[in-house]
Amino acid sequence: MENKAITCKELTKQFGDFKAVDRISFEVNQGEIFGFLGANGAGKTTAMRILCGLSYPTSGEATVAGFDVYKQQEQIKRNIGYMSQKFSLYDNLTILENIEFYGGVYGVSRPEIKTRSQELVSTLGLEKEAKKLVGELPLGWKQKLAFSVAIFHRPKIVFLDEPTGGVDPLTRRQFWDMIYQAAADGITVFVTTHYMDEAEYCNRITVMVDGRVEALDTPAKLKERFNTHSMDDVFYQLARGAKRSGD
Amino acid sequence: MKVLRFLLQKEFRQIFRDKTILAMMFAMPTIQLIIMPLAANFEVKNINVAYVDHDHSTYSEKLINKIGSSGYFKVVGAPTSFNDGIKFIEDGKADLVVEIPSGFERNLVREGKQHINVSVDAINGTKSSIGGGYLATVIADFNSNLDVNIKSPNGTGTRLMGTIKVKSSNWYNPRAEYKYYMVPGILVLLLTLIGGFITALNIVREKEIGTIEQINVTPIKKWEFILGKLIPFWIVGMIVFTVGLIVMYVVYGIFPQGSLLLLYSFAAIYLIALLGLGLLISTFADTQLQAMFVAFFFMMIFMLMSGFFTSTDSMPGWARQISNFTPVTHFISVVRLIVLKGSGFAEVKMELLYLVIFAILLNTLAILNYRKTN
Amino acid sequence: MKQLFAFIRKEFYHVFRDRRTLLILFGLPIVQIVLFGFALSSEVKNIGITVMDNAHDINAQQIVNKINTSTYFKMKAPARNYNDVERMFKAGTVKCALIFPAKFGSDLYHNGTADVQIIADASDPNTATIVANYLTNIISSYQQQINITTGGSYQIIPEVRQLYNEEQNGSLNFIPGVIALIFMIVSTALTSVSVVREKELGTMEILLVSPFKPIMVLVAKAFPYLVLSLINFIIILLLSVFLLDVQIKGSLILLFAESILFIITCLSLGLLISNLTNSQQTAMLMSMMGMMLPTMLLTGFMFPLENMPLIFRIISHIIPSRYYYDIVKAVMLKGLGFSYVWKETLILVGMASVLLTLALKNFKIRLS
Repeated sequence: MENKAITCKELTKQFGDFKAVDRISFEVNQGEIFGFLGANGAGKTTAMRILCGLSYPTSGEATVAGFDVYKQQEQIKRNIGYMSQKFSLYDNLTILENIEFYGGVYGVSRPEIKTRSQELVSTLGLEKEAKKLVGELPLGWKQKLAFSVAIFHRPKIVFLDEPTGGVDPLTRRQFWDMIYQAAADGITVFVTTHYMDEAEYCNRITVMVDGRVEALDTPAKLKERFNTHSMDDVFYQLARGAKRSGD
Repeated sequence: MKVLRFLLQKEFRQIFRDKTILAMMFAMPTIQLIIMPLAANFEVKNINVAYVDHDHSTYSEKLINKIGSSGYFKVVGAPTSFNDGIKFIEDGKADLVVEIPSGFERNLVREGKQHINVSVDAINGTKSSIGGGYLATVIADFNSNLDVNIKSPNGTGTRLMGTIKVKSSNWYNPRAEYKYYMVPGILVLLLTLIGGFITALNIVREKEIGTIEQINVTPIKKWEFILGKLIPFWIVGMIVFTVGLIVMYVVYGIFPQGSLLLLYSFAAIYLIALLGLGLLISTFADTQLQAMFVAFFFMMIFMLMSGFFTSTDSMPGWARQISNFTPVTHFISVVRLIVLKGSGFAEVKMELLYLVIFAILLNTLAILNYRKTN
Repeated sequence: MKQLFAFIRKEFYHVFRDRRTLLILFGLPIVQIVLFGFALSSEVKNIGITVMDNAHDINAQQIVNKINTSTYFKMKAPARNYNDVERMFKAGTVKCALIFPAKFGSDLYHNGTADVQIIADASDPNTATIVANYLTNIISSYQQQINITTGGSYQIIPEVRQLYNEEQNGSLNFIPGVIALIFMIVSTALTSVSVVREKELGTMEILLVSPFKPIMVLVAKAFPYLVLSLINFIIILLLSVFLLDVQIKGSLILLFAESILFIITCLSLGLLISNLTNSQQTAMLMSMMGMMLPTMLLTGFMFPLENMPLIFRIISHIIPSRYYYDIVKAVMLKGLGFSYVWKETLILVGMASVLLTLALKNFKIRLS
């Protein structure tokens, strides 16, 4: 238990009669890139929100970075980063100001903030835009920025909710390069997506259907199991009987 | 503590980039303080009177002259029949029609009393009821002169018991100008808008955009977040208050008679109470639309019940109780007391207590209601 | 056409699923009518008064008794000197003071004349004037009383008739004002915010690339608010009739027709505002500050128009709610017919056309 980044046992979230998340269980190792796949409405975002401390589970257990999701949410939050589906940096603050804010809020010291933001800005190639308002950036840059901000404070785990929605393939590729870099630096990456090709980039993936985990393995092994060459097909076979679609 | 500083830094940056808020801080107080008192005026002048005189006698003419020269009324016509008189009212040309019956003078001298008909356009509300009151005064005055003239035209006859002369003086507002009453009220309105309305909108906007979720995921504590919102808007509110006081002085020449320190202390506490209300509202609304509505709803009730437009004295008991439960009522009364009458701490300490209770109550409710985790 | 209906239906769903807003939308007129009908009044009653009686004679006492029995006043503790009076004023417990000089009664008997002093707290000038009036009337009627007993006095007694409101239902002119205000809120503010919201959320672009003509988008957005406004209107009418015992004296059909005209004007205004901004916050503030404040102030609803400086009276001519207010007063409360309001109706038609055209023109240009 202690060395796992995330553990989940019979985790359930119920709204009235509706089970958004239905007794899911899995473990994520440190430094893994863990893909959380599923159709819209399968329960991915709900599960992730529980793990981030944004929502209380109805039943079951889970730990994140070794901390319990019921009782130790504040500790969890100190050790994770998060990038939501809705872009949530501040449009009317500049790049540097956004970084400064989130860095400070996570306890990064001011001198550190300064150094790291220089690095971040030059890595992203945004030196000239550093003092521009974030709202003026094109979508692809915003996503990359949001990711960089999410890991700015070197968290143990970073949660990404559909991070590459709506960007061109080149930007997506660049984004995943950033994810690889983060994993190489020791950050566990928990990413939800419904792009099946991105599944190939993960170490292991689970596929959620109707709130339950229907598969949990490496992409290679899954393709073998379902006797196909494409993750699309794996997903199709799993999700075919799904009753829920659309958020 | 450090986290709070970052929060405040972010908040101030955003506020000063938001043109709407800046406009509000400076333009709105100025505009409202200048426009509203000019328009808002319950003084009643130039009540339009049409008269129908069936008698055409000395006394009927004297009465009409008196009415016309009283300064309250403007005689707009002398139709010959009552129906024509009513037409004046229907056309909106007259507020009152006075009808003097034939035989007026003869009956008055013979029997000692005579009725006249006064028809009032009751849909015109204030004007008419006040008009009716003024008319009664003018007639009463006419009556007492009658006594003198009819009874002892040559100084002889039954001597009267006595006449009582009334000397009337106005304190705090010698010329009874309405602006002295309205302007402090408008200051309160401004603070109310900022504290309740803008704050609620701002927080709900973050909810709608999604940045609140990002904040909930960080280790920012509830109290840090709340203070991070309250403090900047409190400062904005105090700035607006100051701008308002300056405008009040420069445009109207009104300078608070009482202690400025006391006034500011009240403003400070009132703002805290209202910010708590704004915060509370924001926990109930998911969209800016909802927030706007809920906030507007409460603001409207508060303003109407607070004694801003109409006096709380004339409310029925149950309404006055409700009025006492709104912080606006107390603050308005205090601002008027301190600015216009120079009331001191001793006279307003009850109001201070009320406001403090409100501040604590509203903010506690808001804090309890705000959840980082659902 | 079918598509338009589908669109309108979706808009209705949006509006009617927002329970909180709906609650307030319907609660607003109800609360306003209750407050204006029962709690608020510009009448003057229960005014705190203190008496400084330096005479302690029967005449002063008789006047004090008259005051005690009057509903206008509420007698508070007596004042011993001017300091007391000042203290009570400053604490706000009394709004006026009546002062009898030491030899009040004896002056009256022996000299035939005596003085009294009224001090009014003019920080509320309206009340002060009325209060001084009431007190003076009480004293005059006392004077007549004592003179009657010594041999008659002449009295002219006015018989006051409240036209259009014989039932004496307090002041009714707030009802048209409340109606105009509600229409402004629902039709102008809500419509503008609803359109701007789609812009902010980005769904507007989707609408615009669809086969819908821009005018259809606007019509569909505005339509639910037309319906809401009418529902509110009916609620207000029902409340007025059943709760406040008001009679609708004029033609209901005319009233409805004029109201629909005014609602369309408000909707056009809302659509025009939505063209001018991309932020919900701004749209809201513009509707509120720009439209509602003038509606409340410059239509004659709360404050009489005649008192205002010339420039305001001029501005009030371009405010649609002013005309609607006059129309409703005339038709609903005075029972007058179309011949009395044709001018205002014509003006409203003109305004509605201009605003609608402007809104449509701007809409196309901005987003293409």
